[in-house]
Amino acid sequence: MSSIDIPAASEPTVQSAPAASGARLLPTRWISALTLASLVLTWWLVTAAGWVEPLFLPSPADITAKAWVLLTQGYMDASLWQHLGASLGRIGTALLAAVFTAIPIGIAIGYSRVARGIFDPLIEFYRPIPPLAYLPLIVIWCGIGELSKVLLIYLAIFAPIAIATATGVRTTDPAKLRAAQSLGATRAQLIRHVILPSALPDILTGIRIGLGVGWSTLVAAELIAATSGLGFMVQSAAQFLVTDVVVLGILLIALIAFALEMSLRALQRRLVPWHGQSH
Amino acid sequence: MALLELERISAQYPGAASPVLADITLSVGPRQLLVALGPSGSGKTSLLNLIAGFVSPSAGRITLDGVPVQGPGAERGVVFQDDALLPWQNVLGNVAFGLELAGVPRAAREARAREMLALVDLAEFAERRIWQLSGGQKQRVGLARALAADPGVLLMDEPFGALDAFTREHMQTLLLDIWQRADKPVFLITHDIEEAVFLATELVLLAPSPGRIVERLQLDFGQRYANGEPARAIKSDPRFIEAREHVLARIFSHRQSQERA
Repeated sequence: MSSIDIPAASEPTVQSAPAASGARLLPTRWISALTLASLVLTWWLVTAAGWVEPLFLPSPADITAKAWVLLTQGYMDASLWQHLGASLGRIGTALLAAVFTAIPIGIAIGYSRVARGIFDPLIEFYRPIPPLAYLPLIVIWCGIGELSKVLLIYLAIFAPIAIATATGVRTTDPAKLRAAQSLGATRAQLIRHVILPSALPDILTGIRIGLGVGWSTLVAAELIAATSGLGFMVQSAAQFLVTDVVVLGILLIALIAFALEMSLRALQRRLVPWHGQSH
Repeated sequence: MALLELERISAQYPGAASPVLADITLSVGPRQLLVALGPSGSGKTSLLNLIAGFVSPSAGRITLDGVPVQGPGAERGVVFQDDALLPWQNVLGNVAFGLELAGVPRAAREARAREMLALVDLAEFAERRIWQLSGGQKQRVGLARALAADPGVLLMDEPFGALDAFTREHMQTLLLDIWQRADKPVFLITHDIEEAVFLATELVLLAPSPGRIVERLQLDFGQRYANGEPARAIKSDPRFIEAREHVLARIFSHRQSQERA
């Protein structure tokens, strides 16, 4: 009972995780690279041996050549850069709008009972609906211009960010809140200095999920009503059976999604280095 | 100099049958280090939360220098059991946090924070990240953070409970040094009897259900350490052992009478 305590586990070890996981990360990457390489090799073999009609699956060389043509000459009155720019512009606008509205609303949901009562049912009601199901309604309301596409993506991105932010706010360590209060923090200071940074890992995860959903929604929206964008390019190429452009478009869409995910992960590591550390 | 007074404090959680604390009266003044000691369930954490202003009493009055306590405030510095530091700030930022909230300019608050870090022997750790610190270092940062805001009284919630025995003993002597130098009244809660007997100028023994004071002891072992006697010599002094065994016996006799009832 008195202090005849046996020395418990000694001082928590100084962070050693990155070194350990770094050593194990390399082989995993090699395995992934090998998988990709064998996939491309199979593709090349199948097409080079002439087992599949180029109409169904063009060879890697054809795709590369087509990529050069698209880059220099464009497709359907617009260069590849313009298609790319149109798609990225739409998702960028929607993301910006979602970040600036979903984060404050998420904080309100997590912080105030009243705000939770107002927004929770609304978000939970529309969130499970596939965006393409309400696209027709948005087209009726807002036409087939840029607005309806951006609005559709915005709605798809909004929910994950708002929900993740609210979760982050609600799971703020009460001890940290009390510590700040006992140092004289006002409500606004609590939000700015404790709640927001402690919810940041969740917010960034929400943005990652939102961007993933948003990107697939965007491409789907462009398949239906658009005159530019990667989705449109793939769709119109399919109508004329230009298979190499279809494959190229799909690869580009995948590549951009991958790049977005990776850059957000990098951003997460940079912005919230404490995430996953025991502290 | 600050004077913290609790007058006939009772506390009850909504819906609970019996009160957590009943009729607590105590005061902590200049040059005092009051330790509230009790087994779990004796309401010592509730007592600290009341003084810190995190919860309100159901009856009674808490005042600091005559001003009633209403909600948390910077004039009552708190050191938490689990450090409660902010990992998005480095060590210096954490120590300066209270001054940042008060609107103190960066240069002034960082100078003050460095001073406090030197006081807890962490001067060269200012730029470290929180997760790079050991448990004892984190508690020292927590102490420096509470001191930086220059509170009237220091409240400590089992600050060394999660530390190993060696670190704990070092922290106890460090606390006594700082208590002497910073000259602030300290209210500390613990369930470690030896720690309580060593640190306290006044030891308040709490018994559970409802939490109440069953004994008050005036002690001088902490003062003896401050006067230069080595900690080990004090802790092996027969008078120290006697005081420790006395407290232990009181706790056990209470527990037994409660179990019989």
